[in-house]
Amino acid sequence: MFVLIVGCGRVGSSVARAMLREGHEVSCLDEDPESHARLEVGLEKSWEDLGGHFTVGAGLETEALVAAGIERADAFIASTDGDNTNIVIAQIAQKRYQVPTVIARVLDPLRAEWYQRQGLHTVCPTSVAIDMLEGAVRAGAENGRGSDDPAAAA
Amino acid sequence: MYIIVVGAGKVGWNLARELLDKGHEVTLIESDRRRYLTVEQELEHNVSYGDASELWVLERAGIQRADMVIAVTGDDEDNMLICQVAREKYLVERIIARVNNPRNRPHFDLLGIKPSVSATDLILRLLEHEVPEYGLVHLLDLQEEQLEIIEMLLGKDSSVTGRRVGDLSMPEGSLLISVLRSGKGFVPTADTVLEEGDEVLAVLDPGKEDDLKALFGPEGNGDGG
Repeated sequence: MFVLIVGCGRVGSSVARAMLREGHEVSCLDEDPESHARLEVGLEKSWEDLGGHFTVGAGLETEALVAAGIERADAFIASTDGDNTNIVIAQIAQKRYQVPTVIARVLDPLRAEWYQRQGLHTVCPTSVAIDMLEGAVRAGAENGRGSDDPAAAA
Repeated sequence: MYIIVVGAGKVGWNLARELLDKGHEVTLIESDRRRYLTVEQELEHNVSYGDASELWVLERAGIQRADMVIAVTGDDEDNMLICQVAREKYLVERIIARVNNPRNRPHFDLLGIKPSVSATDLILRLLEHEVPEYGLVHLLDLQEEQLEIIEMLLGKDSSVTGRRVGDLSMPEGSLLISVLRSGKGFVPTADTVLEEGDEVLAVLDPGKEDDLKALFGPEGNGDGG
């Protein structure tokens, strides 16, 4: 499978390494040339030596998307730091380049939910964090302060 | 009409002011706190603070009853998203989006965001009109009458220098009306021979410019388009 990841921050670079390790062909696109270094964190060889691709450019630039291989991508992940950028470029991948699997990271739960309903696969880390926090608080509430807690006994 | 304008930069601020003057109800949304406070001194309750790509900010501004949403921020992705959400989620009938980078226009079209306005495109189009190739200058545009008068300077490489006016096959809908040579103008006859440095005036139907350019330019053959 050929995976194109736009936005090579903490999330994008981790997913990129994982996909490469699993034997997929991976191409990353990021505006910041420095983000290439983040890709190689924990790797023994360079990203390119391991078969990865890296292109410098903005996700909205057609030339950059084509150079990064969008026309033959099987999967497209939009993980830049901008929700609106991710939503727009994911739709471009879907509607213009007919990429079979398109996923957009959207931090705002409201936008993530609405676009999900419009047929765009969105992943919302904020919702996940909210669920985990609520779950953790509930689990803690069951325990409460034990009777062996001197402060509670007082 | 109730109009929501997003982005209180120069475009949005002036637009909001003009729309208010025309008697419309306007909410201008700005996400930068300092800019908001500046604009608020003049527009008071007509300006609202918040990031309009957050749906609740749009809802707080009353997008459900808006007749029009105009997104003129400096960020094309924001303008696209706001207009897409306005039309498809809140069923706003009219949207207008600003295109900052003309290269992004295909993306606006792809997402069905129309009309979109690009100042760069507009200026480029004007530039082509005002400063065209081969020194073709518009002297007069009679839009109602559907006629234009243009002036062309015949350069060294023009293919019509040294030729008789009568031998030129002028494109249909165009007529050579005057020649300016050495500071003096005269009406050419069929026997007038055109010279380098002549300025020729022609009257033509709109849309015939390219034909004339083809005839008088360096690539022309003097035989009309």
